[in-house]
Amino acid sequence: MSSKEKILAAIRRQSPARPPLPSLDEAWIQYPDVQAQFAAALASVGGQVVEAASLADAASVIGQLPPMEQAAKIVCTVPGLPLGNCVLDDVPDPHLLADVDVAIVAGRFGVAENGAVWVEAGHLRHRAVCFICQHLVLVMPRGEIVHNMHQAYQRLTFTRAEYGVFISGPSKTADIEQSLVIGAHGARSLTVALVAGWEGQLSAAAQE
Amino acid sequence: MAEELTVVDHPRAAAKFVRDDARAHWHDQALWFVRVKRDRMAQSLPEWETLRAKAAEIKAHTVGHLAEYLEQFERQATALGAKVHWAADAAEHNQIVLDILQRHGVKQVAKSKSMLTEECHLNPFLERHGITVVDTDLGEWIVQLRGEPPSHIVLPAIHIKKEEVGELFHRKLGTEAGATDPKYLTEAARYKLRQVFLESQAGITGVNFAIAETGGIVVCTNEGNADLGVSLPKLHIACMGIEKLIPRAADLGVFLRLLARSATGQPITTYSSHFHGPAPSGELHIVLVDNGRSSILGNDDYRRSLHCIRCGACMNTCPVYRRSGGHSYGATVPGPIGSILNPARDPGRYATLPYACSLCGSCTDVCPVKINLHEQLLTWRRDIAAAGKLSWSKQAAMKAAAFVLARPGLYRLAGKVARFSLRHLPRLLLYGPWNPWGRQRELPRAPRRSFREQYARRPKP
Ligand code: SF4
Repeated sequence: MSSKEKILAAIRRQSPARPPLPSLDEAWIQYPDVQAQFAAALASVGGQVVEAASLADAASVIGQLPPMEQAAKIVCTVPGLPLGNCVLDDVPDPHLLADVDVAIVAGRFGVAENGAVWVEAGHLRHRAVCFICQHLVLVMPRGEIVHNMHQAYQRLTFTRAEYGVFISGPSKTADIEQSLVIGAHGARSLTVALVAGWEGQLSAAAQE
Repeated sequence: MAEELTVVDHPRAAAKFVRDDARAHWHDQALWFVRVKRDRMAQSLPEWETLRAKAAEIKAHTVGHLAEYLEQFERQATALGAKVHWAADAAEHNQIVLDILQRHGVKQVAKSKSMLTEECHLNPFLERHGITVVDTDLGEWIVQLRGEPPSHIVLPAIHIKKEEVGELFHRKLGTEAGATDPKYLTEAARYKLRQVFLESQAGITGVNFAIAETGGIVVCTNEGNADLGVSLPKLHIACMGIEKLIPRAADLGVFLRLLARSATGQPITTYSSHFHGPAPSGELHIVLVDNGRSSILGNDDYRRSLHCIRCGACMNTCPVYRRSGGHSYGATVPGPIGSILNPARDPGRYATLPYACSLCGSCTDVCPVKINLHEQLLTWRRDIAAAGKLSWSKQAAMKAAAFVLARPGLYRLAGKVARFSLRHLPRLLLYGPWNPWGRQRELPRAPRRSFREQYARRPKP
């Protein structure tokens, strides 16, 4: 008997109660102003929101962020945002990304209750860029903020092999005497750029 | 970190911990601080109790249908290109992991936090076979460098002071002597561990949740070490206990809302990574481990302990854990939940753990999946006594108590003696080393008369 059969047989020998799966349809929290709540939640975990009136405006807003000033190597994978000087698709091996100063990547939507942004890596040749960069900028349509995690999962379907991640703030640790230190292994700072009038265009670009 | 075969003596280990009074106090405060942060987060959500109820219902449902969900998970994960392995026990788990690593010629692995691999003692096993394992969670790395196990499942180095980390890093990494600034020390670790990430040929992670419906796994970290560890090399091995399953992706809405709030008082962990299948041109192996879980499943009293999502909240709130330190439990999972899971695996070895509890019930109150922890701990005491695993001193005390309680005259006399002694004996006699109840606390002021005597003298109407 294989271990699989052994384990399944051991489980089937037991007869615990078999209660039904509960419905998740509840009056979950809603915020009067999702964008304000999102910005506050993100600030509380060490990140920040910047706003842009258009994608062109986002280029200048992001271009002026402090991490961009000294950045030597910048990866930008957002279509229509000419800020990068290193093309991710041309990098053969993710280990070559160790010296990336800033990565600018598209996020699909944000979650007001916890300041998280959903990022899908399907269109990134190396998802490592999101974690190995010194500073991370997520660019997101301004209108795409949901109230809570239940709404977030209503928007997600996992039907193909693809990596996705909720990122909420910069990398952090409190493993030395519970003192919070920003910048453990991943990004030292996280900026979310909310771009007005960009809804829909992002998914269109991602389809290409 | 070799597996100890001795019986765990919690009272003795705890006594050693509290001997350093200042340190025990500091440890207590550090954990209470985390508990307070958790409270703030829980109170900020009006639906907190609804979430806990849903989580408990989802887990009970899953455990009741576990075989079906495991099969569904395997089907879905395989369809996405992952390879699923099954391990009946720790030894088989370790062998599976070793085989995969050897097949790929791996010399060094970057590992992120996984209580399961601790439970299986994977690190020493791989090291014996010439593979270097680096624990990349900062807290876990600190305890690994010190050659000791984690003392907490979420905060592995909670028992260590920054001065000690500074000293350790000075010796091992060459940081400045006497440096204690957490920011500086973390930066040094970041620098060193980046090299580890870049050099490793494989990444091992734990699993927080595995979704039967989609075949995906979710890993939660704050540092980003799991993602760095598995996005640079081509090989990712994820190790999980079979109880980590949840039916639907939508259930994550419930669990991710509860997990970080309960664990560290954050609204969500920094990274909640969803792996569905391997990275393009990479490999994803998922090892499903039983190691005693299916037998807990068969026990009506302890089944709910399988609901645990390893948030650590019961440890942070436990008055005994906070004052005795995680190492005093002599087990991978300490605290209230550990005192249930470990005796289930080996009642003889862990017989003292269910007694490391005041039955205050605070653990049950904070548990995000509503495990009736303190009730199960009490049940364990019954089972341990029934199995004859009680220590002789406890047995003798119980017998003496039963003898006295069965004899009202003797009971009244004992009460008189106790009240007289408390009122009249000199402190020196009362607080001697023979009276453990007089250590670190004042004995109560004894009334002149017992309740019975007072009742008999009450003014009659
Ligand atoms: S038993 Fe409950 S409180 Fe304790 S670690 Fe598990 S989920 Fe958290």
